[in-house]
Amino acid sequence: MSNLKTLDHAAAAEIFIKDEARTDWHDDTLWFVRQKRDKAVHGIAEWEQLREWASQIKNHTLSNLDNYLTAFEKQAEANGIKIHWAADALEHNQLMHKILKDNNISRIVKSKSMLTEECHLNDYLKKQGIEVVDTDLGERIVQLRDEAPSHIVLPAIHLKKQDVSETFHEHLHTEEGNNDPQYLTEAARQHLRNHFIQSELAITGVNFAIAETGGFVVCTNEGNADMGAHTAKIHVACMGIEKIIPKAEHLGVFLRLLARSATGQPITTYSSHFQKPRPGQEMHIIIVDNGRTKQLGRADFRNSLKCIRCAACFNTCPVYRRSGGHSYHTAVAGPIGSILNPNLDMKANADLPFASTLCGSCSNVCPVKIDIHEQLWKWRQVIVEEGYVKPEKKMAMKGMAWLFSNPKVYRWAGKSGRWFLRTMPFLGNNKLNVWYKQREMPEAPKQSFHDWYQQNKNK
Amino acid sequence: MSSREKILATCTANKPALVDLPQLSDEHLTHYDDKLAQFKLVLEGIGGKVVALENIEQVKEEIAAHKQSGEFVVDTVFNIDDALKTQTSFDLERVDRAYLKATLGVAENGSVWLYEAQMGNRLLPFICQHLFIVLDKATLVDNMYQAYQKLQVQETGFGVFIAGPSKTADIEQSLVIGAHGARSLTVYLV
Repeated sequence: MSNLKTLDHAAAAEIFIKDEARTDWHDDTLWFVRQKRDKAVHGIAEWEQLREWASQIKNHTLSNLDNYLTAFEKQAEANGIKIHWAADALEHNQLMHKILKDNNISRIVKSKSMLTEECHLNDYLKKQGIEVVDTDLGERIVQLRDEAPSHIVLPAIHLKKQDVSETFHEHLHTEEGNNDPQYLTEAARQHLRNHFIQSELAITGVNFAIAETGGFVVCTNEGNADMGAHTAKIHVACMGIEKIIPKAEHLGVFLRLLARSATGQPITTYSSHFQKPRPGQEMHIIIVDNGRTKQLGRADFRNSLKCIRCAACFNTCPVYRRSGGHSYHTAVAGPIGSILNPNLDMKANADLPFASTLCGSCSNVCPVKIDIHEQLWKWRQVIVEEGYVKPEKKMAMKGMAWLFSNPKVYRWAGKSGRWFLRTMPFLGNNKLNVWYKQREMPEAPKQSFHDWYQQNKNK
Repeated sequence: MSSREKILATCTANKPALVDLPQLSDEHLTHYDDKLAQFKLVLEGIGGKVVALENIEQVKEEIAAHKQSGEFVVDTVFNIDDALKTQTSFDLERVDRAYLKATLGVAENGSVWLYEAQMGNRLLPFICQHLFIVLDKATLVDNMYQAYQKLQVQETGFGVFIAGPSKTADIEQSLVIGAHGARSLTVYLV
């Protein structure tokens, strides 16, 4: 599924944009979500104050993470929760498998957890002959299609209702050609209710884990995390080490930011605070590193760990909107994914920091003030230094650097470029020029700004 | 070294110098002249219903009437049946209407808070088809900061903010009410 990279971002995006109407639709749909976000944000006078607090709380937490993790563990254990630690994705999956085996579990429901996507838990368990039913509607849709989510908040945003209708007709036997979202959602409700009611073990993610109380918060709109967690005799919650916040009162900042940034809602329908297992229930938390402690040690990139997975940076990104989540070939796509994934595997994800115009919109909408576009730019430098870019790109970059640092050469190159584009446009307008793909080359002006300025500065 | 020790040791080695935790305060936050009007505006905007009642007896009568008509009604406002605690998903999936009392409401986002003790069973507010919440108007707070000042989240096994009915927009961003949880939410203000 998603862990097999076959094409780099640019090549995958090239396929995506071949269907122009669909690309425009994808672009518009995500921009609509961005506009909903803006409307919600503008209704809150103290928005910037909340962002600043959120950023400071996260900075503080990262600077004391070891102590908060042990405080959380101690308190959670006192509350009757079993804590497990996983150094990497494999250990996470093995721990989960052990819990399933020890309890002889076969009926498993899972609500949305980007961490389990990152660890490819479903694939791992499938290889052991164990099926996990994803219960978030979008995740269930992509699971039935044997696809990966293309967005961390809206997993099936790359699909049209006709696609969903076809998938449900095939798997849930809904009427052929009935594309009504209300009808399709109702079919999924009935289908998944059966799974919930019979579930033996529920897997959820964690939005926030509170060091002071040992409890954790899970946010959903559908209610699927709760339907599973309160039914099953075992609840396993999976969290990255960066999900910790110091105190419950800090939720009063993060819960105000999360849903407004994600979908423009004032808060998710359900913000569930799990503190202790219910009588007779077992509750486990798997705390996962998987590269996070390494990122903590990278001064330039550590504050990517502040991310609360709202996906505001996805929805605003002109590159994400017009290339689709699957082009990023990772569980977390978009601008934030492009700064998280090179830490996990620099070689496999060397293309991602280049999938950006560095316009900075991502950093502007980020509710925890991550300097995303600056980190993208810094990753590019690391990746070039480490030798993970294609030789053509490296040569071109070196050439550009030389050009820009030699004003005389730069002016000569500009002049000759303009002359060529005016007199021999076919030299630019051909398939060898990547800038000609999907766009016309601009008409070249007769004069550069430099020349114009020299002429006019004394007028 | 166990994974636990390895993770903690790497955190210790790699964490930056300690920075201060900010002091939150209500001073910088929006307060509403009419919390009730704000609560109603927001909750109705996200698909909830808000009904102001003269007195709580009306809820009692409504519960009785629906029970009379053969619906499966669970009431934890007036009387929590001990048997509810041990009921399973197989029992509760047939619940048509659940009536619960909330601790407080938040004007800023239209949510209400419920402690586990008010639910009788953790699954009830999610698995019922229609959810009815009784809320004392006097408990409304302006924002989430004030809510957490009043709540003791560590004093309960489970607690939840609920804002409106269950919903999804996972199919082409078309909003559909009634995903997996309650198909409707009505807040009775008393």
